[in-house]
Amino acid sequence: MRLADTLRFAAGAALGAPLRTALMALAMAIGVAAVVLLTALGDGARRYVIGEFNALGTHLVIVLPGRTETGGLGIGGLASSTTRDLTLDDAEALLRAPGVVRIAPLVVGDAEISTAGRLRSVYVVGTHADFREVRQVHVAQGQFLPDEGLHHGGNWAVLGATLREQMFGSSPALGALLRIGDRRFRVIGVLEASGQGLGMDMDELVLIPVSVAQAMFDTQSLFRILVEARDRDAIAGVKQAVERILQARHDGERDVTLLTQDAVLGTFDRILSALTLGVAGIAAISLAVAGILVMNVMLVAVAQRTGEIGLLKALGASSGTIRSAFLVEAGLLSLAGGLAGLFLGYLGAAALRIALPDLPAEPPAWAVLAGLGTAIVTGTVFGVLPARRAARLDPVDALSRKS
Amino acid sequence: MAQVELDGIDRIFHLGDATVHALRAVTLSIEAGEYVAVMGPSGSGKSTLLNLLGLLDPPDAGVYRLEGRDVTSLDPDQQAEVRSRRIGFVFQSFHLVPRLSAAENIALPMTLAGIHPDERAERVRRALSDFGLDQRADHRPDQLSGGQRQRVAIARATIMQPALLLADEPTGNLDRATGLEVTRLLEALNARGTTLIVVTHDPAMGQRARRQLGMEDGAIFSDTRGAPP
Ligand SMILES: Nc1ncnc2c1ncn2[C@@H]1O[C@H](COP(=O)(O)OP(=O)(O)O)[C@@H](O)[C@H]1O
Ligand SMILES: [Mg+2]
Repeated sequence: MRLADTLRFAAGAALGAPLRTALMALAMAIGVAAVVLLTALGDGARRYVIGEFNALGTHLVIVLPGRTETGGLGIGGLASSTTRDLTLDDAEALLRAPGVVRIAPLVVGDAEISTAGRLRSVYVVGTHADFREVRQVHVAQGQFLPDEGLHHGGNWAVLGATLREQMFGSSPALGALLRIGDRRFRVIGVLEASGQGLGMDMDELVLIPVSVAQAMFDTQSLFRILVEARDRDAIAGVKQAVERILQARHDGERDVTLLTQDAVLGTFDRILSALTLGVAGIAAISLAVAGILVMNVMLVAVAQRTGEIGLLKALGASSGTIRSAFLVEAGLLSLAGGLAGLFLGYLGAAALRIALPDLPAEPPAWAVLAGLGTAIVTGTVFGVLPARRAARLDPVDALSRKS
Repeated sequence: MAQVELDGIDRIFHLGDATVHALRAVTLSIEAGEYVAVMGPSGSGKSTLLNLLGLLDPPDAGVYRLEGRDVTSLDPDQQAEVRSRRIGFVFQSFHLVPRLSAAENIALPMTLAGIHPDERAERVRRALSDFGLDQRADHRPDQLSGGQRQRVAIARATIMQPALLLADEPTGNLDRATGLEVTRLLEALNARGTTLIVVTHDPAMGQRARRQLGMEDGAIFSDTRGAPP
């Protein structure tokens, strides 16, 4: 029998029993739709978390002075006698590393700040204009620190939201003069309220140019350097380059520690990927159930069409022809069900995206292919038994039964 | 060499403890182009004989040679091939596939044999006109009368131009006039050279054949050559 004829014959046979066919296709459709929808949900959650991390600055490599093997902030590493200071020149050198987009050096200290009779102690952070991009901070009023290079800076101050509230209340802060330590600064900007980030409460600190902060705290050394890589893939290369450059600048001593959020993110990525795979697996079980249903329904079909099978044999059909006709029928049903399931799954995913706009609930390509593939394979595999039963029917016996 | 040669054929069925000798020591030879009626009471083994001749049922003993070839020892696929190319079946209850049109039912043996669609269409078209079914090509079996159904079945049985046409009570489900019409159709095919073996209950119909085999209890007890009208 020609392939086209086998397909037509099988399709005709399937359509000849619409209820049976619809039932079987529905079972497959539900299975495939479950795979598509659940993986869309799982993968959407994974991408949502990664997206949130990326918004926090996932592409960051944080350089700390001192070496700790654990990658944490151990005392031993910091206390290492060979530790050299991180300097502004070090920071500037890192800008030339491949894959580095921008850097922000940090100097941190506490100081008294006062204005119009109000006085309190705050954290002062000296940094550079690029800090805004690197840490994704948003300015609510005025402007951020202007780009005056790493080594120069005027007496400009940018206030955290809470600090502005405490220092100025309802009176305007922009343009006001502020005393920090023994210097006078002009307030040029106020940050949006944001909360915690990188272990600092951004709402309660004041930002000034890094060179000014170094002079104020009388130090050459930096607290940290934030290095922003081009993207996640560039992080590994950037870490190596940073290590290499600083080692060269520190007389061959590897005396810095590099931290990334990538490690944490990788863990999340793995957990959520496993979760997605897990729900996909559970959904695939429904496909196996659908496969068993396919088998039963096909067995009924064989029983119902016994007379026809006997006739086909009398007309010269070989066992192989009959087997493939029934297998193709099961395969076609599974394919139809699978496609219907894809449609339902995508529809469901679209509904999810409308219901939860934050969640990028797109079924991943692998899940779509796996779902459809599993449907066709299970349908066909479970079609083997009925097809063999059909092919083995005794023709005389089969013909004598009612068809 | 006869077209059909049966030599000491036994066919035994087991029903629980009972064994039924459906065929016992049947030895028979039929020449190409013969017109044979098989007659006998119900249960005498007529259908079993026909199924055996059509390679649908294997003998428990004996040898069946078709056109000089021992076909009892062929494997199932080879037997299917012989059924496809050399043998045509006509059944009492027509056995049309209900979801297929008359034309598709007629084409079915060619479809199964993998014959090219163009040739199928051509041969079906000719068969439809030969059997007076031109107007019925697209009708499904339930839209056809009994006589039309049997004509479709005969067209299907002969579409592969078999050498041997086997009909098991082909008129059993038809009224007398329609039955006669169908018998004439089969006889016309025989006149063009196809060997025709018909199982029938009807003595009048049996007498139309040039040779009558009388069966009883699984054995051939008479083999007469009556003069055709
Ligand atoms: N598949 C079978 N299983 C058991 N017994 C059978 C089977 N087919 C036929 N027989 C028995 O063999 C005998 C001959 O049957 P059959 O050839 O159909 O007779 P006929 O066609 O002459 O009426 C009967 O007794 C019948 O019951
Ligand atoms: Mg009978």
